[in-house]
Amino acid sequence: MAFDNPTQELDHLDTLWFQIAGTLCNLRCNHCFISCSPENHTLGMMTFDQFLPHLQDAVQLGVKEFYFTGGEPFANRDLLKILEATLQIGPATVLTNATLFSRQVVTQLVSMRDASIYSLELRVSMDGFSSETNDPLRGPGTFKRIMRGIKLLLDGGFLPIITAMRSWPIERDEVELAEFKACLIDIGYRCPRIKLLPSLKIGQEALRDHGYSDYDYITKSMMAGYDSSQLICSNSRIVSARGVHVCPILVDQSDSILGTRLSSAKESFELRYQACLTCYQYGALCSNASSVGVNLETMRLSRSGPK
Amino acid sequence: MLPEMQHLESKTQNAAHRIGVFGGVYSNYLALNALLKDSRAPEIQHLYCLGDLGAFGPLPDQVCELLRETGIPVIQGNYDNSVGNGLADCQCGYTDPRDNYFARVSYDYTFRHTNNDNKTWLRKLQPEIRIRVGPYRALLCHGSPRKTNEFLWETTTSDAFLDWLFERYDTDIIVATHTGLHWYREPSPGKHFINCGTIGRPANDGQTTVVYTIISADNAGRLKVDFISLAYDHERLAAEMASEGLPEEFIRTIRTGWWTTCNEILPAKERARGNY
Repeated sequence: MAFDNPTQELDHLDTLWFQIAGTLCNLRCNHCFISCSPENHTLGMMTFDQFLPHLQDAVQLGVKEFYFTGGEPFANRDLLKILEATLQIGPATVLTNATLFSRQVVTQLVSMRDASIYSLELRVSMDGFSSETNDPLRGPGTFKRIMRGIKLLLDGGFLPIITAMRSWPIERDEVELAEFKACLIDIGYRCPRIKLLPSLKIGQEALRDHGYSDYDYITKSMMAGYDSSQLICSNSRIVSARGVHVCPILVDQSDSILGTRLSSAKESFELRYQACLTCYQYGALCSNASSVGVNLETMRLSRSGPK
Repeated sequence: MLPEMQHLESKTQNAAHRIGVFGGVYSNYLALNALLKDSRAPEIQHLYCLGDLGAFGPLPDQVCELLRETGIPVIQGNYDNSVGNGLADCQCGYTDPRDNYFARVSYDYTFRHTNNDNKTWLRKLQPEIRIRVGPYRALLCHGSPRKTNEFLWETTTSDAFLDWLFERYDTDIIVATHTGLHWYREPSPGKHFINCGTIGRPANDGQTTVVYTIISADNAGRLKVDFISLAYDHERLAAEMASEGLPEEFIRTIRTGWWTTCNEILPAKERARGNY
């Protein structure tokens, strides 16, 4: 079905993402929007040598912060070296399932965190506050392994951001959040940081629950009065082993690649995917800011550049 | 630029060698009074306010009146833009529900207690000021040069990004407030980013004092940035907040120096320095 889709320009490359573990993950969550698993080689692991030129490009382009995702980033044996190099340049956030941490790895993370002037954020995916609520999504036994990983991070003085996909009706947010907080306080996380994410109805999640409807698209008329800085493609790009893609959500779509280097990936992007609608509706979807949904009346104070 | 901001234009004020900069007054007229009487202030050639006059504290008109009487140049913060234009919220940029709840309480109170004359004055405030400090070109703004409510935190703002801002906005010094936490960095030789802190509430450090900044250039052209810890009658402010029915959480911040709200927006390192 053809829609009158708008296009979005890259205003400035504020945030650079790396699909550092490709689509390879030690878990096989049944809600993963890019269907990562131990066997999904659609996008491969990035090596340090593949990563470094993009980090150097990012400095030239004035990138503000860096995010690392996958797959599971800690399954990438070059990750610690990559993070160490990044933290000399800017802040870093790693999205992880926390099941591969050892005390030795956390000790190394503590060292590089303390040696940098920038923040190192660990964002831990956990989709329920108990084995009964988490494991059906992330796999048998994962709740205990995730909690062990969080505890190791807490012991290292980290304050991980716990992210959960909203697999319940939005009206239950308050109840669910209270349960998450209680289970985290139980293991010594005094003031837990929690970010709820809406479900992206693509990949495995489209099979688990349901996909988008035929009419779930952004149209040009919907952009009138909308603060487009809420859209990740207005301020970010993501690099994988294959090239530079428009955004982390569409990274496994073949036509999301805009170029091989950041300098050639500045072109505007047609918002033709249904998942673009979720980004439009929720804003701040991929960033660290705690978000249950953005009030669209806020954050509209963009100013034009100098004449 | 928003249509309602198109009449606003940057002004280049006169040059100086020693300026004082403060922001985030948040209705704390007692701290503003203390700043104006501060023994270190007479050496300052010009004082500048970087906006967000209301919020958090009691009786917002008092700060407006004081600033209008003194003629101190004031930049429009997101709060001032909202109150001045009668918007539905403060445009603070929070995304957490608890933060937004307290922002709502604070904004509703401030909007109700700001008179129409002050709202008109807030609406007309300028978005930025360009001055010279010694040999340096300085740009004073609220959040960042490109966005009034942008959070530029010390530990999530790369040197590369700051260098991009200096080049794009053609300046040597950028001074901002908005985050509420003061910091200073020279990412490249001769380029200086300064967050001047806020005088409206403490810097989440367990101290009841608040912070403003003195920026000076010596005869050799070297820049010096001093964060000034300012004491004021915080117990009186807390009592007035209580009598106005403002949230206990806000009052606790004034009395303890620890942020009890707006913590969810903090990056990891800034969050780890706080108490909540």
